[in-house]
Amino acid sequence: MISELSIALVLLPLLGFLFLGLFGARLKNEKIIGFLGSAAVGISFILALFIFAQMAAAGPEQRKYTVNLFTWFSAFTGSPGGLSISAAYQIDQLSILLTLIVTGVGFLIHIYSIGYMHGDPGFWRFFAYMNLFIFTMLNLVLADNFVLMFLGWEGVGLCSYLLIGFWYEKKPAGDAAKKAFIVNRIGDIGFLLGMFLIFAAFGSLNFDTVFAGASSVSRNNSTMLWICLLLFLGATGKSAQIPLFVWLPDAMAGPTPVSALIHAATMVTAGVYMIARCSILYAAAPAALTVVAVVGAATAIFAATIGLVQNDIKKILAYSTISQLGYMFLALGVAAFSAGIFHLMTHAFFKALLFLGSGAVIHAMHEEQDIQKMGGLKKYLPVTYRTFLIGAIAISGIPPLAGFFSKDEILWKTATGDQGSWLLWFVGLLGAILTAFYMFRLVTLTFEGEPRFDEHRLHPHEAPKTMTVPLIILAGLSIAGGWIGIPHANALEHWLDPVFAPAQMKLLASESGSTGLEIILMIVSVSAAAAGIYAARRLYLQYPGKERAAAKRFPVLYRILSQKYYIDEIYDAVVVKPIASISEKILWKGIDKGAIDGSVNGAASFISSCAQLLRKVQNGVAQFYAVMFVGGILFILTWLLFR
Amino acid sequence: MIPLQYYLIVSAVMFVIGAVGVITRRNALVVFMAIELMLNSVNLTLVGFSAFLGDASGQILVFFVMTVAAAEAAIGLAIIIALFRKKLTVNLDEINILKW
Amino acid sequence: MTLESVMFYVLSSIGIASAVLVVTRRNPIISALWLIVNFFCLAGLYLTLHAQFIAVIQILVYAGAIMVLFVFVIMLLNFRDEHTLFERVTWKKNVAAGLGLAVMMEMIYIIMTAAYPSAHYFSRSGYIGTIENLGVQLFTKFLLPFEVTSLLLTAAIVGAILLAKKKMD
Repeated sequence: MISELSIALVLLPLLGFLFLGLFGARLKNEKIIGFLGSAAVGISFILALFIFAQMAAAGPEQRKYTVNLFTWFSAFTGSPGGLSISAAYQIDQLSILLTLIVTGVGFLIHIYSIGYMHGDPGFWRFFAYMNLFIFTMLNLVLADNFVLMFLGWEGVGLCSYLLIGFWYEKKPAGDAAKKAFIVNRIGDIGFLLGMFLIFAAFGSLNFDTVFAGASSVSRNNSTMLWICLLLFLGATGKSAQIPLFVWLPDAMAGPTPVSALIHAATMVTAGVYMIARCSILYAAAPAALTVVAVVGAATAIFAATIGLVQNDIKKILAYSTISQLGYMFLALGVAAFSAGIFHLMTHAFFKALLFLGSGAVIHAMHEEQDIQKMGGLKKYLPVTYRTFLIGAIAISGIPPLAGFFSKDEILWKTATGDQGSWLLWFVGLLGAILTAFYMFRLVTLTFEGEPRFDEHRLHPHEAPKTMTVPLIILAGLSIAGGWIGIPHANALEHWLDPVFAPAQMKLLASESGSTGLEIILMIVSVSAAAAGIYAARRLYLQYPGKERAAAKRFPVLYRILSQKYYIDEIYDAVVVKPIASISEKILWKGIDKGAIDGSVNGAASFISSCAQLLRKVQNGVAQFYAVMFVGGILFILTWLLFR
Repeated sequence: MIPLQYYLIVSAVMFVIGAVGVITRRNALVVFMAIELMLNSVNLTLVGFSAFLGDASGQILVFFVMTVAAAEAAIGLAIIIALFRKKLTVNLDEINILKW
Repeated sequence: MTLESVMFYVLSSIGIASAVLVVTRRNPIISALWLIVNFFCLAGLYLTLHAQFIAVIQILVYAGAIMVLFVFVIMLLNFRDEHTLFERVTWKKNVAAGLGLAVMMEMIYIIMTAAYPSAHYFSRSGYIGTIENLGVQLFTKFLLPFEVTSLLLTAAIVGAILLAKKKMD
């Protein structure tokens, strides 16, 4: 039963993609296209819910299913070094959770897109790509081996490329798509090499076999360290961490629902999922965990500081996403795997909400994205304003909204876990203040104060129902989504425990903090968030001109932040330009044109000049050919006689 | 009794004369006759071996060679006639379209 | 010297001489006539090898039928510009003749140095060449090739008619 359901669950979006991709152009009716595209994902979600209910009803021991579809490819099976990869899905506590998030949030965003993409000439193409994305993402999440996971991994990368460059007639969109694809490729090399190493070390790429092998290897094994670091390189590419985060802000060139679905809620969390899935591998290499934690914390604060001064509504949210992903990696790095997954889930809710809200704002403002040219939208967009505010409160970490529980758990584990440290906790706290600050800067500048646009020329209007209903549902989830992870009654942690228990056991993790300390830390982080909110509201509501004055006082700092630490420029100068010039001067003009083309053309002209000589032999006179016969006979006889 | 080698030498000499005729003469008819010469020299070899090995197969083969030669002569001469009609010559140097 | 060896030497020298004359005569009619002489010499040589049937066939088929065909065609094709057929001795021809000579030398060398089976079967050869023996062989052991030959001849007749027809349509 479960296996049929799960196959249907995965195949429905694929069918949606195939149908829309093949016949979508002929279906002129947007309603049918939107309905089909959303229904494919919606039914998937219902199936996922059903499977989830069955799993919840079963005992904790029976909550793991493997669905084998077919043997994908195999080589030398049965002999050492043999490889057999099957297209098989593994449904367990972790993957069903991710499936629910992907299909659930994906379904809401599909509904939203019906309104948002209304009138776009590529309407059918958009839904086809979105369905393909859901299909590949489900493959990534449900795979039971690294190869199928890699297929999904590459598939979501492809969909990301296609959807960032959806409006390909605009050059920035095309450039951003290419940038995303190429930067991801660097990470993918890490993933691939990690896979090769895993195969070399364990002789299999199946999760169960590898993890069973990993639970018995010795800790601080250098092979395990390399495997983990390489996989983490893959994760930094997909999940936009230092040093490969540069593609995500540019990816905002795509349609806003894409930013919500792919570049906030689901695809970018694939790295988090992958590391959580491989938790046992990381448990065997605690040094790699430390790297993950440090990179995560650094990314969290780094992206947050950039977010402080951006003016593009979607760019702010993009940097916020990078920062929040940093939190998730911080959680993974301190071995708080379920906290990382928890934050992944709550983040999916409130970040999807924020992106969709920003889409509604952009829609209302007729494609204006600069928040300096907004303001006072509260009265025009009441629903959007309220839901957006909920999202902002949630991300800032104010109880009892979702973000508070997940972020607080991460900070708590960071401070007290065996792998954590107070320094990382402090960085995380600083990031939380900054998050609260830039989110309320965004809310204040966008919705409150006096309008900074021409109210007579521009009449912002509330979005249609198809857009507001998903907003409201997501707002509800952003409020309530955290309640499954209330400290000391943590249902989520309990649910995920069988998945992460081996890793925790291997790390011999224990909690050292007391409940009293936990409450103190909670108060500290909430008051930090409240301080950030207060500062932002005071600064932007009461002293609107202050930002510019501050910018004048610290011109260097302001310039560095608003130019994103010049990371793009540095990468351009250090990596892109040298590669381009080496490619052009040496590889193209020297090797390709000189050596390769030269040798190929030289070979061709050598053959042709030989042929010019030899064609004289073919003079068409049969008798001459007969002479050749006789010569041949002479040669053969001579050879036979005197050899 | 004449040894087998003598017959073979006569055959080889005639064969080579025929071959030289094929590659040097320009008249297609003479070339054709030279080919008959070569076929006959091979027949001599076959008959010689047949006699010296006491096996009739060689002579049967000669019989077939003669049949083929008759057929070949009929076809070959017909080709020469057709060629002469078209090009008004049997000079092989001028018939040089057997290329490329 | 036995009669047999006298016959061999005489016939083989006439045969080689006539072969040389076939390829060297300018006029194809003369060549054809020398070819007939050559065929007769070969028939004689077959007789010294006790191949009576082949000898008779040689004269009937070659000297009779095929050569008549040749002469007929030579007469039929009235070469108007015989000067184009004027054969000259060129360096190419010398090269060709040299090649032929070299091949001949090598063949003779091989023939002289090779090992041969003992000739005791030769006594049997008087029976082998009889019409009776060859007929039995043809209609028993070689029946299928014999029948296939008839197909070949049919094809040759059809082909010759088709090629020599005035209008090719």
